[in-house]
Amino acid sequence: MSTQPKREDLVAAPSRFPLREVLLFAALMLAVLGVYAAMGAAYSTRMLVEAACYAILALGLTIQWGYGGQFNAGVMGFVALGGFCAMLFSVPINDAFWGTELPGELGRVLLYAIAATLVVIGVTRLDRLGVPKTLRTVIAVVVGLILYLVVISLLREVTGEIESRAGFIGGFGLPAWVGWIVGGALAGGVGYFIGHICLGLRSDYLAIATLGIAEIIKAFLKNSDWLTRGTATVSPLPWPTPGPSEVGFTLARALYLSMTAVVIAVLFFLLHRAYHAPWGRMIRAIRDNEVAAAAMGKDINRRRLEIFVLGCILMGLGGGMLTSFNSLFDPNGYLPLNHTFLVLVMVILGGPGNNLGTIFGAVAVYIIWIMSGPMALWLMQLIVTFGEGAFGWDAPSNMDSRALQARVLVIGVLITAVLRFAPKGLLPEKIRHHD
Amino acid sequence: MNELVFFINNVVVAGSVSGSIYAIGAVGVTLIFSIMRFAHFAHADVMTFGALMVLLLSTAFPAAGASIGIPTALIMLPLAMVLTAALAVGIDKVFYKPLRAHGVKPIVMVIGSLGVTLILQGLIRLFAGTGGQSLYVDDRKEIFRLALPFEDVRVPVVITEPQLYLFVITLVAVIALHLFLNRSRLGKAMRAMSDNPELAQASGINTNLIVAVTWVIAGGLAAIAGTLLSLDVTFKPDLSFFLLLPIFAAAIVGGVGHPYGAIAGGFVVGFAESLAVFNWNILLRPFRDSFPAWLELPTDLAFVSTEYKIVVPFFILVAILIWRPTGLFKGKVI
Repeated sequence: MSTQPKREDLVAAPSRFPLREVLLFAALMLAVLGVYAAMGAAYSTRMLVEAACYAILALGLTIQWGYGGQFNAGVMGFVALGGFCAMLFSVPINDAFWGTELPGELGRVLLYAIAATLVVIGVTRLDRLGVPKTLRTVIAVVVGLILYLVVISLLREVTGEIESRAGFIGGFGLPAWVGWIVGGALAGGVGYFIGHICLGLRSDYLAIATLGIAEIIKAFLKNSDWLTRGTATVSPLPWPTPGPSEVGFTLARALYLSMTAVVIAVLFFLLHRAYHAPWGRMIRAIRDNEVAAAAMGKDINRRRLEIFVLGCILMGLGGGMLTSFNSLFDPNGYLPLNHTFLVLVMVILGGPGNNLGTIFGAVAVYIIWIMSGPMALWLMQLIVTFGEGAFGWDAPSNMDSRALQARVLVIGVLITAVLRFAPKGLLPEKIRHHD
Repeated sequence: MNELVFFINNVVVAGSVSGSIYAIGAVGVTLIFSIMRFAHFAHADVMTFGALMVLLLSTAFPAAGASIGIPTALIMLPLAMVLTAALAVGIDKVFYKPLRAHGVKPIVMVIGSLGVTLILQGLIRLFAGTGGQSLYVDDRKEIFRLALPFEDVRVPVVITEPQLYLFVITLVAVIALHLFLNRSRLGKAMRAMSDNPELAQASGINTNLIVAVTWVIAGGLAAIAGTLLSLDVTFKPDLSFFLLLPIFAAAIVGGVGHPYGAIAGGFVVGFAESLAVFNWNILLRPFRDSFPAWLELPTDLAFVSTEYKIVVPFFILVAILIWRPTGLFKGKVI
């Protein structure tokens, strides 16, 4: 065997100077400095904090898509869940709600809901008592529908009462990071539910289902005025770090930025370890060749579920941090474009499966994204001025709003172009080969 | 009896309208799925594009319909179908064919189709603005009120003109599709390719042609569905947004890769939606006197309020994925 010439791709790559990484990050640094010079410190620091929060979302997606090959088309929903939890836990306690009998009423309805669920579960077990299976299904469906209607009517009554008397239930007045952690857990729970249903099936189904759940979460948050104040929005959300009123805008944002940087560093370290651990190898084996991995005795669906839930947890966490930073919870502010497709572009452009590439992609794409608004307006203005001057062309009055639509187009072009011309991203995942 | 008429208006008519539109859309999705094996997320935007074409054409020639007596939009529909089919074939050439040539996984095609979704949405908004516009540019929307021949019925059954056209055109499209798939050479070749692409290719079927034909059919059907929906309500650039989930739910309920299943699935989803948002209290009202005294029904007895309509297709999707992932009619592709 030793006489055989060694195949080049089987030899461990010699550790080379990471030229590409250094160059790309240097360019990114220059871009950040340019933004600082052009837009001022407070604005630019805000941009960096948001980019850092997006980097956490992108890490979540790179786990799912890059490590596991699962496509989540509903990042927005998990972000919104994280934001909701950040709001619910950090906003001060609303005495107009807690001081009345309404919490008891709400608790009673929740107890009814639990009881109804238990009854329905009990009815589905009727076949053990000798009831024919078809009859059991019919009974279960009918009982389920009736109990659902009863509970939902009671809930509508109580929530209507809350809305008219107390506005909304308010928060728990806890530190924001409690909300972030619970938000991550909640997002992970929803991810478990979706993943449990879809991960055994074709990968397209997961995309469809996540797209749907994201819209449902948004619809729920938007229309549950008793819980979130709906379109009336909740603000301000307290920060875990000293706020702008105490230390000034730039310093406060810089403090928040350092906190997000610490979170990213910790996550990066943990993910790096996980990626190189046996667990990470197993995940990649499943991604690259499912059949072979199954033949090796790996529990494919279980690993997939783990990876999906882990990604969702990060998305919930990042969403909580993003919403806390904006200090505004607005369910209408969660848009598929800003919170799903932008993250997708960050991941596939930066390099799916490569954490460093993902963080690079997040910051780079976010800078482009933030700057594209003013740039598009300026470009449109230029075209309109030119058009009016040269041809006496009468420009539509809503040019500004149309110019912003161009960003949708740009994101779409970016996604398709990256998939076609650079499917591995700017910093591709390094596959290590061994002898 | 008034309550029953109310039920007919709000469930039977509304359910058939949305059911027909979902059915036509889902047929396109399911055909693309069965030939190219990926979920085409941009389909709802292709629909919107078709409607936009009709809007532009009818704005350009507003008087064309009045001379014959049907809405201008319907006269422009065939032209818009051709344009949309051309768009679909073009999209495939530019975006999907290179990916297919690389032999990527289907899920990468899905991501590519999401990119196409955004491109189409951006273009549509760039040209049509973000507000809603009526497709009845120069005509008037007729509303038929059919009074029922019973004594105590005061509420008429209401059907609008575009809804009637919708039912007729859906029926024609379904029959034409059936004849095409079962009688014509191309249709049979298409079914062969959906069953087994390699075998089809080996037996001399021109797969490139089949792919193009699939896009033409899907694009044409999408133009029909988008136009008829916009005729019934109004044209909005974000129309696609509310269509995507129901259409995919319909395709999966019917069994992916199964055109007749998709039609059935479309009606299942459409009726489920209208049944779920219907206020059942209205139907129970005539029997109110026979209820026991302790039972006080709330005035709003709908399963979900209208804002949560999107939950219905999702719930159906989840239920079908749990209990019968192959769909009601045993689709081929899982």
